[in-house]
Amino acid sequence: MASRVHGASASSLTARVALGVALLLVIGGVIVAAAAFAYGREGARSAYDRLLLGAASDIASAITVQDGKPVLDLPVSAFELLALAPDDRIGYRIIGPDGATLTGYDEIALPSGRRGTRNGFFDGDFFGEPARFAVVSKRFAERTFTGTVVVVVGQTLRARTEMAYDITRKALYVLAASGLAMALLAAVVVRAVFRPLNAIAAGLTSRDPHDLTPLDTSVPRETAVMIQALNGFMARLDRQMGTMRHLISDTAHQLRTPVAALRAQADLFAEETDPGRRERIASRLQARSTSLGHLLDQLLSQALVIHRGDAARRERIDLRAIALDVFEEGDHAVLYPQAEIALDLGNRPVEILGDEPSLKEAVKNLLSNALKHGRPPVRMGTTLDAGRASIWVLDAGCGPDAETLAGLGKRFAGPSQSRQSSSGLGLAIAHSVAGSFGGELVLSAAEGGFRAALTFPAVLPTPAGDAE
Amino acid sequence: MRRVRSLILCGMALFAATGAIAQEVVERLGPETADQTLVIRSTTDIAVFRPVVALFLEARPDLRVHYEQWGSNDLHRLSRADCRARRPGADVVISSGVHQMVQLVNEACAAAYVSRETERLPAALKWRDELWGITREPAVIVYNRELVPDADIPRTRFDLLDLLRPADSAYAGRVATYDIEQSGLGYLFAFSDAREATTFGALQESFGRTGAVSTCCSADLIKGVAEGRYLIAYNVLGSYAQSVQRQDDRVGMILPSDYTLVLSRALMVPRHAENGEGATEFLDFLLSGAGRRALRDALLISPVLDREEGGEGEGVSPTVLRPIGLSPSLLVALDKHTRETFMRRWRATFPGE
Repeated sequence: MASRVHGASASSLTARVALGVALLLVIGGVIVAAAAFAYGREGARSAYDRLLLGAASDIASAITVQDGKPVLDLPVSAFELLALAPDDRIGYRIIGPDGATLTGYDEIALPSGRRGTRNGFFDGDFFGEPARFAVVSKRFAERTFTGTVVVVVGQTLRARTEMAYDITRKALYVLAASGLAMALLAAVVVRAVFRPLNAIAAGLTSRDPHDLTPLDTSVPRETAVMIQALNGFMARLDRQMGTMRHLISDTAHQLRTPVAALRAQADLFAEETDPGRRERIASRLQARSTSLGHLLDQLLSQALVIHRGDAARRERIDLRAIALDVFEEGDHAVLYPQAEIALDLGNRPVEILGDEPSLKEAVKNLLSNALKHGRPPVRMGTTLDAGRASIWVLDAGCGPDAETLAGLGKRFAGPSQSRQSSSGLGLAIAHSVAGSFGGELVLSAAEGGFRAALTFPAVLPTPAGDAE
Repeated sequence: MRRVRSLILCGMALFAATGAIAQEVVERLGPETADQTLVIRSTTDIAVFRPVVALFLEARPDLRVHYEQWGSNDLHRLSRADCRARRPGADVVISSGVHQMVQLVNEACAAAYVSRETERLPAALKWRDELWGITREPAVIVYNRELVPDADIPRTRFDLLDLLRPADSAYAGRVATYDIEQSGLGYLFAFSDAREATTFGALQESFGRTGAVSTCCSADLIKGVAEGRYLIAYNVLGSYAQSVQRQDDRVGMILPSDYTLVLSRALMVPRHAENGEGATEFLDFLLSGAGRRALRDALLISPVLDREEGGEGEGVSPTVLRPIGLSPSLLVALDKHTRETFMRRWRATFPGE
């Protein structure tokens, strides 16, 4: 039972609201019913107590003294007053100063604890039925008669109980009506609340599968959070799809030329009969295919970087460790065995939030660019300056001319640029990696050469200073 | 009515401890072999009530009725003693002293009962679902047709006052009413009169001045009027007056047109009754159509009060009817002190009695 309720409430917001409202109504109903009954009883008690008091006073005022004796002509009006509780039995007792009953029921006993002459009320018993009594006393100071006559008037509790139940019943009617109204209101509110959700769902359903433009955010504040999250998600999806599209078109474009060239060379090779030329063609074929392989590597690493840039978790990474790893893995040594690389790493950790494989890939590309296009000596290092952490590659050349540099910048920005050279591709990779982690690729002429640097917002090292 | 007595055993010793009081008449109705007995104690003359009981018994072959006729004060005393002693006495108590019945109910002597028939009763004719008014009988002025000239017939209490006013009034000493010390019903009528209008004070004074007579019971009063001992009887129960009137031309009857008290005999089922089921059956019968017809035939539901059937021509406007409702305010009538005060005044009126 409980699990079913739980299941229902977990699966449907309407059920949750219904359960909440129902609980509220039940608990509220019990509380209001109890309060109404208490109030009703109190109201009935005070109303009928006044009736009793009125009747007792009426009787008390009818007592006169004649010939030294209290004489009473019981006023009918007092009993007619009491008969306003039509079904209740009436008990009364008039007690003289000596404690003897002048008239009425001897059976009515005054509570022993009270002082007999004090006015007020007490609960008692009248012929086996619970009853309520009022006490009114009248003092006489006549020449012939002195003392206090006590009038006790009581009534059984039927009318009181009936009135208490009546009040409770009416309160419960009101409660039931308001409960119904609340339930209806809750239903209306729930519908109103869920209308934007339904609208969103309908909008999403009717959407073109390739449409990843943001949804309309003019919705209630509470649902706007969801819309924003949804829009963020779609933007990321859109970006990834965009980059994938670029990647594919770039890759196709970049591979077409070298593959065509390879085929041409292969054709030449097949038609050539002169062994010397064949030799030259074969070596060209080899060089071309090596370069193609290199290009493929870069394309794949770019795909990797682009994928990870959006997907991978950010971690604290020491840029010095990246530089060291790139240096030690020694990919460059295979391609450029004669090159010499100097490392310039500080003592303090240079930490950023990023993804290690992506960063490594970017740095490798910068390094191989420097080895391929720049002039030795090539230096690689990290710096931490005014909250910016940088990892850079410096060569002694003068770098590409200004026009090419400007062209490069433009190419990174534009989505559908063709990248003819693998160096352009390498820079594109570095650029997108920098972009992924909130940094930038800075290409600048430095003292003694050309410097390509990835700079990121630095993360302050933890107090423990875990350097390595 | 007294002739009824000759038919039946009289003055049977009581099985109750209250030996000082005795019922007037006892009668057994229904088959002797019946295994159930319903004990009815009532102030109603058995001659009047017999047809009603007989009709009730017709459909119930296994039931017989033990009917005891009592004076209202004795019946009250006995029922109260039974109640205090938690002793089974009567199964049904019917009394014209409704104030005494109200007191019995007030002292938790009655059993509650609700049925479709009792629900139909107007609120003034029941109290706490323990006491029900079963009859409707006016308090009337009875006069001797032969001795009272038409011009003197009192239509209202004021007429009666006027008759008694002259010092040499022919009616001095010839007007009778109940002795309220002996008759619970007489006391109730007098008390209700005192509540109803100040006229009664003047009337009482006139009674005292002219030496009016007070006697114990309806039958005496009516017989006295018929025989010419009294010229006028005041506050006589209409049902008896009417039944005598049917056989005796000498008796005339007036419903006072200033106001007419209407009594409903009250029925209760004592809490300790042995045959409570039979008692409530009897009650339902009395309140049913057949029972009401039987009561009307017995004149216990007075035809003169029925405007629909009003063949008598003596019918009165409903606005002058003053039903004596079953209400706790009747308790005042039985208050010891109040009663003493009232009685003192009464004794001053009728010093000779």
